Amino acid sequence: MPDETSTPTRPDVLIIGGGWAGSIMAKELTEAGLNVTMLERGHDHSTAVEGTYPGSIDELRGAIRKRLFQKLARTSLTIRNRPDQTALPYRQLTAFLPGEGVGGAGLHWSGCHFRATEDDLRLRSATIERYGENFIPKDMHLQDYGVTYGELEPFFDKAEKVFGTSGEASSVRGQKTGRGNIFAPDRSDHFPLPPMADTFSASVFRAAATDMGYHPFSIPAANASQPYTNPYGCQMGPCNFCGYCSGYACYLYSKASPNVNILPALRQDRRFTLITQAQVLEIMLDDTHKKATGVRYVDLSSRTEKTLEADLVILSAFQLHNVHLMLVSGIGQPYDPVTQTGTIGRNFTYQTITSSRVWLPEDRFTSQFVGAGGAGVAIDDFNHPGFDRGRLGFIGGSPIWVNQAGLKPIAAAQGSGGKGAPRWGSAYKSAMIDQYRHSLGIDAHGSNMAYRDVYLDLDPTWTNAYGQPLLRMTFTWKDNDIRMNQHVVSHIGDIAHAMGATRTSLNSLQPGQPFDSRVYQTTHLNGGVIMGENPKTSALNRYLQSWDVPNLFVIGSSAFPQGMGYNPTGLVAALAYWSAHHIRRTYLRNPGPMVSA
Amino acid sequence: MTSSSPPRSYGASAPLSRRGFMGGAASLSSVPLLSRTAEAEPDKKAPKVPENDPAHYKPTFFSQEEYLFLCHACERIFPQDENGPGAQALGAPRFIDRQMSTPYGFGDLWYMKAPFHEGPPELGYQLPYNPRDLYRGTITPINTHCLMTYNALFAALPPDRQDEVLHDMENNRLRFNDIPGAAFFEQLRTNTLEGAFADPAYGGNHDMGGWKMMGFPGARADFMDWINQEGAPYPFGPVGMPARPDPYSSAFQTDEEG
Repeated sequence: MPDETSTPTRPDVLIIGGGWAGSIMAKELTEAGLNVTMLERGHDHSTAVEGTYPGSIDELRGAIRKRLFQKLARTSLTIRNRPDQTALPYRQLTAFLPGEGVGGAGLHWSGCHFRATEDDLRLRSATIERYGENFIPKDMHLQDYGVTYGELEPFFDKAEKVFGTSGEASSVRGQKTGRGNIFAPDRSDHFPLPPMADTFSASVFRAAATDMGYHPFSIPAANASQPYTNPYGCQMGPCNFCGYCSGYACYLYSKASPNVNILPALRQDRRFTLITQAQVLEIMLDDTHKKATGVRYVDLSSRTEKTLEADLVILSAFQLHNVHLMLVSGIGQPYDPVTQTGTIGRNFTYQTITSSRVWLPEDRFTSQFVGAGGAGVAIDDFNHPGFDRGRLGFIGGSPIWVNQAGLKPIAAAQGSGGKGAPRWGSAYKSAMIDQYRHSLGIDAHGSNMAYRDVYLDLDPTWTNAYGQPLLRMTFTWKDNDIRMNQHVVSHIGDIAHAMGATRTSLNSLQPGQPFDSRVYQTTHLNGGVIMGENPKTSALNRYLQSWDVPNLFVIGSSAFPQGMGYNPTGLVAALAYWSAHHIRRTYLRNPGPMVSA
Repeated sequence: MTSSSPPRSYGASAPLSRRGFMGGAASLSSVPLLSRTAEAEPDKKAPKVPENDPAHYKPTFFSQEEYLFLCHACERIFPQDENGPGAQALGAPRFIDRQMSTPYGFGDLWYMKAPFHEGPPELGYQLPYNPRDLYRGTITPINTHCLMTYNALFAALPPDRQDEVLHDMENNRLRFNDIPGAAFFEQLRTNTLEGAFADPAYGGNHDMGGWKMMGFPGARADFMDWINQEGAPYPFGPVGMPARPDPYSSAFQTDEEG
C-alpha cells in the first residue's frame, strides 16, 4: 500500500472528474503517450461491485436514497428564480441529480444517445438566415458553438462506436437507408448495433404517429441491443429490458458507461493513474494568471490537502462543478447580468421537459416495469431544423417520445395523484394501481434558450464542507420556451387519441410558472463555461480551450451555448473527442492558444 | 380485467384495531395498542404467527405513543381496502421506524448547513430538521391538538376525523411549533409509500403485498420475452431480493468528512 499521505508523482495531464468527458480525454491523451492522472471526488465504482444483482436493482437503495448521486451533505448549490430573490440551498436531490464517484452521471444515466442537428450547433446563424435577426427575442443570448455538424460528424461516429449505440440510420453517406429519423443529418456510417426493440407502449405510439403522418424513429440508445465489443476491446452484454437504467449501475454490462466502455482499457495503461476521493478545490494559476500550474485538492481518505502540478489541465466535472471551479479559481471574468460582461456563468440553460400521461383501455397492460433507459420511439416533427417556427414565433423545439425506461413501484406511487386527483386514501390507491397497469408516459423533451438574467455565480451566504461559497443558480422558465412547450404538447392529445387513449393528463408549462426545484425534471444542465467564436461572449474557443488560460480545457455540457431538444451526452462525448483530436494534432506540438482572440 | 391478471383481492383480516374505543375522556392508556401484540398480554401464550409479522414489531426509535400514531396515520394514507392491504399490514410503520436509524433518518443525505430561511415553495425544503426531528417534533403536538380539539388522541379518532386532521396538515392549516403541517405530511406520505413498495428486506411491503397489488414483478429484472406482448398482462407474481443479513451493509458507505 502506498503511503496515503504521499503526493502522487507529477503527471503531464491532470483531469478533474471521472465521468464520460474525463474518461474520454484520459483515453485519448494516454494514447498520445502522455502520463494522465484523473482526480475523482467520489469512490471508485465497478460493475462487479456496484452493479451486482440483486443489490443493484434495489429501488430504495438506488434511485430513492440516491446511492450513485452527489452527496449533498458536503456540497450543494443555491437556487432562485429571479435575481431579486434570495437564493436558498438545494437541500434535497429532487429536480436534477448530478453523479458522484467514478463514472459520474455517466454511470446512472439512461442511455439516450443523440447527435446534435446542424442547426443546434449554429442556432444564431441559422435563426437569422431563416427568420431574420429581429426574430430573436430581446435578452435572449442566442449563440453558435463555433463548430459545425460536418466537423463533428467523425466524432459523433467515434462516440457511438465506443458506446455501442443501438439505432437505425436514415441516411449514410448520402444514401437513404433504413427507417431511422428522416430529419437527422447524414452520417458517415451506420449505428454499431441495430435499434432496440419497441416496448408495447412505444409500439402503440409508433403506429399512431405513423398513421398521423409523423415520422417516428427508434431513439438512439447506448443500451446494447446485441452483444458488442467496442474499439477499446470493452465488452457489453445484450440488454434484457430489466428497467433499471436511470439511477442505477447496469448489472448486465448493457448500458454504456465510462466504467464499462472506457475504464477497463484505461486501467491497464501504466500511463493512467486514477485518484479517487480527491475533491479538487482550485485550479492553481501562475503569477501571470494565464497559465494553470495544477490543482489543489482534499484527499478525503486521509483528510489532507494536497497539490498536484501538470502541464495541461482538463476540467471535466459535471456541468455545475465546472462552472463552480472556474469561479472559485478566479479563471476568466464572472458574468454580470447588469452589464452583460464576463463569461463564467453566462448562458446557463436546462431542458424544457414536461411529461404527459395516457391511459389505454383496461384490457391493455402497459407493463411499465419493462424498459430500457434509451429505448423508445420519438418523432422530431416539432424539433428538426426545417420545422417552421416563423408563424409560431418561437425558437427551439421538442422531440415527442415514449421512452419507457422502466417504472419502479416507489416512484410510480409517489408520482401518482395530483392535478386535482387524490394523493392518498382509497381513491388514490385505486387510481395509482390503474395508472401503473394501464397508462404510459409521453414526454415533450424540449430545448431551452439562454437569457440575460439566467446565469450562475457564487452564493454570498452558504458554503460547502470545505468553506467555499456554493454555486448560485438563477433560473426560471421564459416566454419563448413556455410557448414552444405549449405548442408541442398541444399535439400530444391528438396522438394519444390515435393511440386509443381512454383518458389523458397533458402537462405543459404555463405562463409565469416558475421553475420548481421540488419536482424531478431531468439532469440535463448546460452552459456556464460556453464555447464560441468571441471571447467577450464565450469562455472557451471552438476547441473547448479556455480563452484566458490556454493550457486549460473545459469539457462537458457546460460548453453548450443553449440547451437543445435532445439529451446532452452524445454531444458531450463528440465534443470531448473533437477537443482531444485537436489537442493531439495541434496543441501538443505547439502549446498555446489554438485560436487567436 | 382478464383472468390471468394478478389478484387484486386481499382476504386477510386487518391488524388495525380501534375496537374498544368508546369516546369520552381519552388518555394514552385508554387507547388500545395494536391488537395481537404479545406485550399487551405478556402472560398469555400468543398464537403462533410468522416471525416477521408487522403487528409484532417493537419500535426502536418511536415511543409506543408515537408508533401508535404512526400506525394509524400511515393507514389513512394507504388504507386497507378492496384493492389490498394497507400500510399497517404491509409494515410501513416498521419500515419507517427502521429508516430512522439510517443515514437518511439522520439527514446525512441532505444539505443541512445553516442558515435556514423560509422561501417560496418552489425553492424546496428549507427546514433545519432531519426526518427524525420531523417525526419527533410533530407527533406529540398533533396528539395534543387532537386531545384539545376532539378530546381524543389521533389514534382513537374515527377514520373520517383522522382524515380531517391529515387534510389540515396537508393544506398547511396546522402548524406544530415551527414545523408547517404540510412539511410533516409530505414526509409521512413519502415514507409511507416507500414502506408500502420498497423491497421487503427493509421491513415494509410485507409478503410483497404492495407489489402484488400493483402488478410489479419485483426483482425479476429480466423481460427479454416481455418487451412487447401486445398489452397482455404479465403472468408472474413478484420475487423479492434474496434475504441479506443487513441491507445496509454495503448500501450506505458513509463517506468520511473531508
